[in-house]
Amino acid sequence: MRAVCLSVALAGAALGGCAKEEQGSRTLQFWTIGREGEAVAKLLPDFEREHPGLHVAVQQLPLTAAHQKLLTAYAGDSTPDITQLGNTWIPEMVALGALEPLDARVAGSRVVDRDDYFPAIWSTNVIDGHLYGVPWYVDTRLLFYRKDLLAKVGYDHPPRDWAEWKAMMAKLSQPPGKTYGVLLPTNEFEQLLALALQQDDPLLRDDGRYGNFRSPGFKKALAFYVSLFKDQQAPMMTNVGIGNPWAAFGQGFFTFYLSGPWNIGEFRKRLPPEQQGGWGTTPLPGPNGPGASNAGGSSLVIYRRSKHKDDAWALVEFLSRPEIQDRFYQLLGDMPPRRSSWNAPALRNDDKAAAFRDQLERVKPTPPVAEWERIVTEMQLVAAQAAHGDLTIDQAAAEIDRRADRLLEKRRWMLDHGHKASP
Amino acid sequence: MTTSRAAWWFITPALIVLGVFFLLPVVAALVLSLTDYDLYALADIRNLRFVALENYWALLQRPLFWSALGHTVYFVVVGVPLSMAASLGAAMLLNSPLARFKAFFRTALFAPVVTTVVAVAVIWRYLFNTKYGLVNYAFDSLGIPTVDWLGDPHWAMPTIILFAVWKNFGYNMIIFMAGLQAIPGDLYEAARIDGASAMAQFRHITLPMLKPTMVMVSILTVSGYFQLFAEPYVMTEGGPLQSTTSVLYLMYEEGFKWWNLGSASAVAFILFVIMFVVTAAILRVSKQGAPA
Repeated sequence: MRAVCLSVALAGAALGGCAKEEQGSRTLQFWTIGREGEAVAKLLPDFEREHPGLHVAVQQLPLTAAHQKLLTAYAGDSTPDITQLGNTWIPEMVALGALEPLDARVAGSRVVDRDDYFPAIWSTNVIDGHLYGVPWYVDTRLLFYRKDLLAKVGYDHPPRDWAEWKAMMAKLSQPPGKTYGVLLPTNEFEQLLALALQQDDPLLRDDGRYGNFRSPGFKKALAFYVSLFKDQQAPMMTNVGIGNPWAAFGQGFFTFYLSGPWNIGEFRKRLPPEQQGGWGTTPLPGPNGPGASNAGGSSLVIYRRSKHKDDAWALVEFLSRPEIQDRFYQLLGDMPPRRSSWNAPALRNDDKAAAFRDQLERVKPTPPVAEWERIVTEMQLVAAQAAHGDLTIDQAAAEIDRRADRLLEKRRWMLDHGHKASP
Repeated sequence: MTTSRAAWWFITPALIVLGVFFLLPVVAALVLSLTDYDLYALADIRNLRFVALENYWALLQRPLFWSALGHTVYFVVVGVPLSMAASLGAAMLLNSPLARFKAFFRTALFAPVVTTVVAVAVIWRYLFNTKYGLVNYAFDSLGIPTVDWLGDPHWAMPTIILFAVWKNFGYNMIIFMAGLQAIPGDLYEAARIDGASAMAQFRHITLPMLKPTMVMVSILTVSGYFQLFAEPYVMTEGGPLQSTTSVLYLMYEEGFKWWNLGSASAVAFILFVIMFVVTAAILRVSKQGAPA
């Protein structure tokens, strides 16, 4: 575009007026969720310099209000041109028919190279064979752990499978009820979800028509999860109850913490300098050897009703460049979804990030149905009851299936009556 | 005949406004509550199904609905008497012949009513912050163990109640003051001559004379407090552990977070029925005690 513009100018057209006449002055509406907005605002001046006449208006949505804002915007016909979207929300937006398919654009792009992306992360953006988003940053869960405490009970390496992990936690949870092996806040679904994704059984069956929580695989994950509470290796606490997990980690209240990339920065900031050498990260152990974890993160999507789709795509390409993703990581600590972006020195030389790089080759997406977030919320409410001892594993599995099936009732009806659940 | 027609002409504008902006939406919501209007229906109206009373039935089977109702009833049962006691107490203090700077105090006590909930809630969140809050600072310096006011599921609702009472008591105080001023002074004078104590005067003159005001204030307060929403929305977001999720908050989440407008409308109508029954009961009880 720019080259064409220049050559026209050189060919004798009025100098200087080119950008204005050819492209006019356009504004791209870009919505971001959470902290990303502040960081991206620092990257955008470069984009605007490359695209004269194009202005990007960033609107930052707080995470707690983002979901209703996006749905309300759709209902009120006032969607932005481009937005950041958590990849578990994509199926919902696709069910609304709100998003523009991007297959053709990616096929013709020299920047967005699908083979460079972690495959499971990429696949969270593919619904019924069409691509609706380009991954922007990734988020997966793995183990943060205290190397020094582990060494004290006789281990010089982090756990590789569940059996070893469980043996370590048994030794670490002494005295019982005062010190624990692992922190799994009972109001967060991500931990049990990661363990469940390690199994071969899918979480939903029959094309997402029914829950599959009574499968042997899920029961195995749930039994392992519940056993950690029963054997007093995980405290029966919510993240509200624990209050400050970083301080508790520093005090040795627990040795393992199943959490996400943002905590690298938090621990670096909050633990005293003398403790900085004593902690590390490691991929999540699975039932038999290194296991999978969840393929979380956010994508960039373009709205179907946007009038500036080409400009929006230019912004997607700009934010997908490895060097821009490297800057984004350094600004915020959000990990890039492309393998080539991980070759930048800041990430390659970070010992704490290395475990994430390894884990990202072994992540799994959650089922691509619009109801997923509600299903997984119900899953955790029931799992917390099981951890509390109110339900047996079989009862809990059956109850989660019952709740999931109720939430999926409309989806079943849509699929069975030839209404498309996604356009 | 012509007079009555003229009367109709006069009330027609009001009726049209009421019909378009009140009656029509209410009927539409009632119809909506009998359908499964959701995300899929938002995408394509052909995905809408008529489900009769299924939304209501499903709600009555949901534990979250019952816990939300429990929290709302807790808020009403504790909050309304507290709020009315605070209003009446403040009104009587201001009405006392001994009170000085009446205009100033009246304005000061009424000020919370006219300030924005959100702005005030931010300040309260600072006051009740576990670590940096003024309240815990005071507790700490008095040697009382500090409390995680908004983070502890057992304390979050009491904190919300305290906030709501402080925010709202000024309004009822003004109504009570008007009621107190309407009580003839010679009643008190006669009582004093008969040697009645201050307590006896309050029980046998003030309370009976204030009864109509009390009934009105209690109905207004109960119906207002049943619609608890803004306080938990800005202070706790329904948490911790859903301990401050009220019925209206549940409706908001159903409707605007998950976009299940059918189910959300059903919540609204259930709440309406509950409020209707409670208000009718208050009216009935107050009439029974009245001299026929």
